[in-house]
Amino acid sequence: MFENISLAFQGIWGHKMRSFLTMLGIIIGIASIITIVSTIKGTNDQIKESLIGAGTNAVTVQLSQNNSTYDLSWRDPPEGVSPISEETYQQLTELDNVRAVSLFCYRQVDSYDSAVCCGNIAYSGQLYGVDQNFFAANGFRLTRGRDFLEDDFSKFRKVAILDTGASSVLFGSASAVGGILEIKGEPYTIVGVVERTASSDFVIESIRDYEMYADQSGGKIFIPLADWPIAYRFDEPQGVVLKAASTDDMTRIGQQAEDLLTASQISQQASQMGFAYKSDDLMDQAAQIQKMSNATNNQLLWIAGISLLVGGIGVMNIMLVTVTERTREIGLKKAIGARKRRILWQFLTEAAALTSIGGVLGVAAGVGLSRFISSAMGTPTAVSYPAIAVAVLFSMLIGVVFGMIPAIKAAKLNPIDALRRE
Amino acid sequence: MLLEMHNICKDYPQGREVVKILKNVELTIEEGDYLAIMGPSGSGKTTLMNMIGCLDVPTSGTYRLNGEDISKASENHLADIRNSTLGFVFQSFYLLPKLTARENVALPLLYAGVKKRERLRRAEKALEMVGLGERMNFMPNQLSGGQQQRVAIARAMINHPKLLLADEPTGALDSASGQQVMDLFDQLNAGGATIVLITHEPKVGARAKRLRRILDGMLLPEEGGGTDGQA
Repeated sequence: MFENISLAFQGIWGHKMRSFLTMLGIIIGIASIITIVSTIKGTNDQIKESLIGAGTNAVTVQLSQNNSTYDLSWRDPPEGVSPISEETYQQLTELDNVRAVSLFCYRQVDSYDSAVCCGNIAYSGQLYGVDQNFFAANGFRLTRGRDFLEDDFSKFRKVAILDTGASSVLFGSASAVGGILEIKGEPYTIVGVVERTASSDFVIESIRDYEMYADQSGGKIFIPLADWPIAYRFDEPQGVVLKAASTDDMTRIGQQAEDLLTASQISQQASQMGFAYKSDDLMDQAAQIQKMSNATNNQLLWIAGISLLVGGIGVMNIMLVTVTERTREIGLKKAIGARKRRILWQFLTEAAALTSIGGVLGVAAGVGLSRFISSAMGTPTAVSYPAIAVAVLFSMLIGVVFGMIPAIKAAKLNPIDALRRE
Repeated sequence: MLLEMHNICKDYPQGREVVKILKNVELTIEEGDYLAIMGPSGSGKTTLMNMIGCLDVPTSGTYRLNGEDISKASENHLADIRNSTLGFVFQSFYLLPKLTARENVALPLLYAGVKKRERLRRAEKALEMVGLGERMNFMPNQLSGGQQQRVAIARAMINHPKLLLADEPTGALDSASGQQVMDLFDQLNAGGATIVLITHEPKVGARAKRLRRILDGMLLPEEGGGTDGQA
């Protein structure tokens, strides 16, 4: 075996130019596969990071009916669903790897119902009643004024905080702090402005995405959860935000919270009507987006595969030439006692060595190319080590497959004919 | 008896006709023999050589080599016999151009499964025996024709074959180098090697102990009245 390998390398080295040209197909094929796989991996990592992670790791769990969010903006709270109790809240905080738990109530408000007004402007956007953990759990940062204080909750102070979106809609470039909002006829003093630290650029690809992100344009207004019953009802089922220790915990925490909340908050009657708590599984969404980008890239992989096929045929062609050129060598070796299998192995090894070298060079070129792409175009790439191992093994396999016919031809040569050929 | 051929025939299909290359060949060789087979080109002497060398199988007849019936051996077994029992010397040497003299000589031992160090050690000894101890690491194209043929003889002898087969060994050499090669054969035969030599040169044939002529596929009886096997 070792003899064959060293013989194979001698053969390849003996025809440097020809060997390199033969390898070129394999090099190009493997290089493009490595580049594509690196790009896929880089893009996936980026999707996962920007959509889910980005430091917040927040899982939102909300009441839903028949798997779609039950939005209280348009409907009354259902019978048999109770607000989250102190005890349930405690249980949520005790789930593994939960860093923070926040409760909130939510309304989509429209200018025509004038629920929220600022001077003459009827506000259209999102209104949240939040507890003290909400900003931390969701990754909001105070940019002006102050945060909600203990007293704001205990003394039912009518204060509000805007996000930068709402602030610019209602106050333009002027400072919102100190301004007055009217919510359901009651005046609220604006004490601060927050902004989302993890801004992710959402790509709207479906109606569902549109519903999810488009209505964020009006911005958000926050008031203390304690004030919510003044504006709306006191017995509304709240939504929950859980901050996970790491991105990988998110799906599990979401499910555990779903189970806990569904079991403790929802009566049998209500659950028969399809009510349940559901987490917005961002991991799942990320996986779907990743799937879409993978589908495109898989087509590219097929094209790269074709170049490998062409490379393989090139190897077969050159190996057939080599066998013809070395007919006398084969004849002599058979005459002095080489068995058929020995000759077969010699040429198979040579073909496999040729394509393996091509594979290694291709991997090097592919890694270089992906580095170049990430620096030149700013597209993220991440080199995948399993892909490199597979690529090298696969190129070796190509050598074995496409070297088979020439090797069999060599092994079958009749020594008399082979020696007679001058 | 080292070699016994009885009633060997070889037919080759050529278009629609069948050409009889060998016709009822009878041949015996004993250990220590030195036989020359002479004939003009097309007489079937190379086919007979291939037959003796287990490179070809007869259409009919029996061939026993070293006590073994060759006519029924498998292809792999024939390869093993060629490796262990026979040594070949060809008219145009057939050295592998990218191997050194020593590596060329060691090649048959590779197929016999001998370890590399031992192969090279024995190859050195064989090269010393043919007087090329100084040129172990020369490439074939750095050697003269006569030297190349001596390397080929060293390669043929490395397995200590029972029978050394030489097909026109001097055909590609000038007369001085040819002379040297023939001297080497004499020396090997004197050392106990059994040699079968094929040639069309009477001068070369005359140096063998026995001479058989072949004509139109028929091996003629031994000259000088001696019957086969009693030389």
